[in-house]
Formats: sequence, structure tokens, C-alpha cells
Amino acid sequence: MNAIYNFLIVNPWPWWFSGLMITFIMYLLLFFGKSFGMSSNLRTMCAIGGGRLSSYFKFDWKAQVWNLIVALGAMIGGYIFIHFMNSNPTVGISDATINSLNQIGLNVEKGQVPHFPKEIFSWDSFFTIKGFIFIVIGGFLVGFGTRWAGGCTSGHAISGLSNLQLPSLIAVIGFFIGGLLMVNFILPYLLQLQ
Amino acid sequence: MRLLKFIKYAIIGFLFGVTMYKSEAISWFRIYEMFKFQSFHMYGIIGTAILSGILVVLLFKKGVLKSYKRRKLELIAKAKGWKRYLFGGIIFGLGWGMGGACPGPIFVLIGSGYSIFIAFMLAAILGTFTYGVFKDKLPH
Repeated sequence: MNAIYNFLIVNPWPWWFSGLMITFIMYLLLFFGKSFGMSSNLRTMCAIGGGRLSSYFKFDWKAQVWNLIVALGAMIGGYIFIHFMNSNPTVGISDATINSLNQIGLNVEKGQVPHFPKEIFSWDSFFTIKGFIFIVIGGFLVGFGTRWAGGCTSGHAISGLSNLQLPSLIAVIGFFIGGLLMVNFILPYLLQLQ
Repeated sequence: MRLLKFIKYAIIGFLFGVTMYKSEAISWFRIYEMFKFQSFHMYGIIGTAILSGILVVLLFKKGVLKSYKRRKLELIAKAKGWKRYLFGGIIFGLGWGMGGACPGPIFVLIGSGYSIFIAFMLAAILGTFTYGVFKDKLPH
């Protein structure tokens, strides 16, 4: 029992188990006649807020409430695990990553890596140029891009590719072009900002 | 019994949140690492999910797996074309590399008490709203 407890609750999950769990979640949603896609929730929130400026937000959002409940459940999952299951949330990134982060001025220590760089993502930095760009422009691009592409990692990379959809493959290639450009060429300059 | 109907989605969402949390996929550093090709971790997660997902979808289509009360399967074929997928995908990728969070993990991060991601989510909603307004002027 202790081994199972350690595997599920104490230690980070290995990649293969995490991947199988994602598929299990997709299976459950298909089983109940739904599909797996988290970014649609952003559109639903626009519709609820009253998106009168575009016909894109005039749809029966009440039929999408189930997906908002999934998002709420995801929040509860995060809440319970950080508060009750893991008192010291650190991430086990590779030594190569730690070295390259230190080179671009993001100082992290092995065994002490938090979920995200707190010096960029915090309310204090929100009012700096750097923080504003990472939080507001970053968020904007995520919301704009996922809707333009018609899905995000869950809708295209997982659901779409599982259903062998060519459009989803194109979208995922796009995700990687954007992500590789950002992390390898743009990010080092953005980090220089104050 | 609407409540009962929704509880199952809350449980599925809970499992999803826990998976994002325990897999470390909610971490900005994991996304950075992925786009630097410095670890197999994220590729392992996504690769396993896609390969096993292909099998699950195939078993549904073959009728080996059945949906609850034979509900219609939501396996919608994506509209043809490439512009919206490529351009939209690149825009999302730029934001993913910056924010280190795709839409699913945003909710998990907020739930984990990282309130700054509420601002990130509001910016994402604004992005979605802006897309809705300019939709007809963009190539699809």
C-alpha cells in the first residue's frame, strides 16, 4: 500500500503514467459523449460575459457548462494537491535546463525549482514592463492563438492527433514553430527588460 | 438531478488537474525545457497520450469501446485548410513559450493558489474576445 501511496501521492508521476492518465481523461469524456478541449472554455466565458460584438460568441453557452465544470474540477485538483498532498512543490527539470536557465539570467537551484519563475509571474512584477509583457501579452497570445487555430494542446495535440486529423498536425507544428522561436530566440531578450 | 449530472465532470476535471500537477506539466520550466529539447519528459507525456489515444479512438470506432447509453461520439473532423491552424498555432506557441501554460494548466495554476495566473487567464480571455471580433478579417 505504501508503495502505491508514494507512487500516486508523494512522488511526481513518471511521463508514461501521466500520458496514460491524459488518455484516460479523454476516454471518460468520449464515454459521456463529450470531447476533450480546454481552450473552448475561454470562448464560453466570453459568451457568458456577453460578447455582443461578434456573432462568434452567440451560441448556446449553456450546452458548454459541463466543460466549465471540468475546469473547476481541475482547479480543485490543483488546490488539494498543493495544500494537502505536497508541502514542497518543486519541479525535477534536467541539469541541462538548470544550466541554460542560469545562462539567461533566471537563477534556479537544483532541487529548489518552483513551478514557474516567481520574479516574472507575480503581482509585483505585473506592474513592470517585463512582467506585463510575460503575463498580459503572453496570455493574450494564448487566447488569440488557440481560438484562431481552433484548439490547444488538449483539443489538437491530444484529441485531434488521436483521431488522426491532419489539421491538428498542422496546428501542433505551428505550436512548435511558435514555442521554439519564443524560447530560443525571443525569450533571452525579453528577460533583459526591467 | 442536474447536480448529479455535473458531479461526474467535476471528478473528471479533478483527475485532469491532478494529472497536470503531478506530471509537472503545469510548470513554466517544463515547457521551457521542452522547447529547448533538454529532456524527454514532456515528449514522453504527450507521445504516450497520443499513441494510447489513437488506440482508444480506434476501439471506439470499431465498437469495442462503447459510449454511455450509446451517445454519439464527439469525434468531429476538423475543418479542412491550413492557414488558421498554422498561423493560429504559431501565435499560441509564442504565448505558450512565454507564459509556460496552455489553457488547461492555467486553471490548475489558479486553483493551486497562484493568483497571478488569474491575470494571465483574463488576458487569454481578452485574446479570445479579440479573435472573435476580428475573425472575419483573418485568413482561415
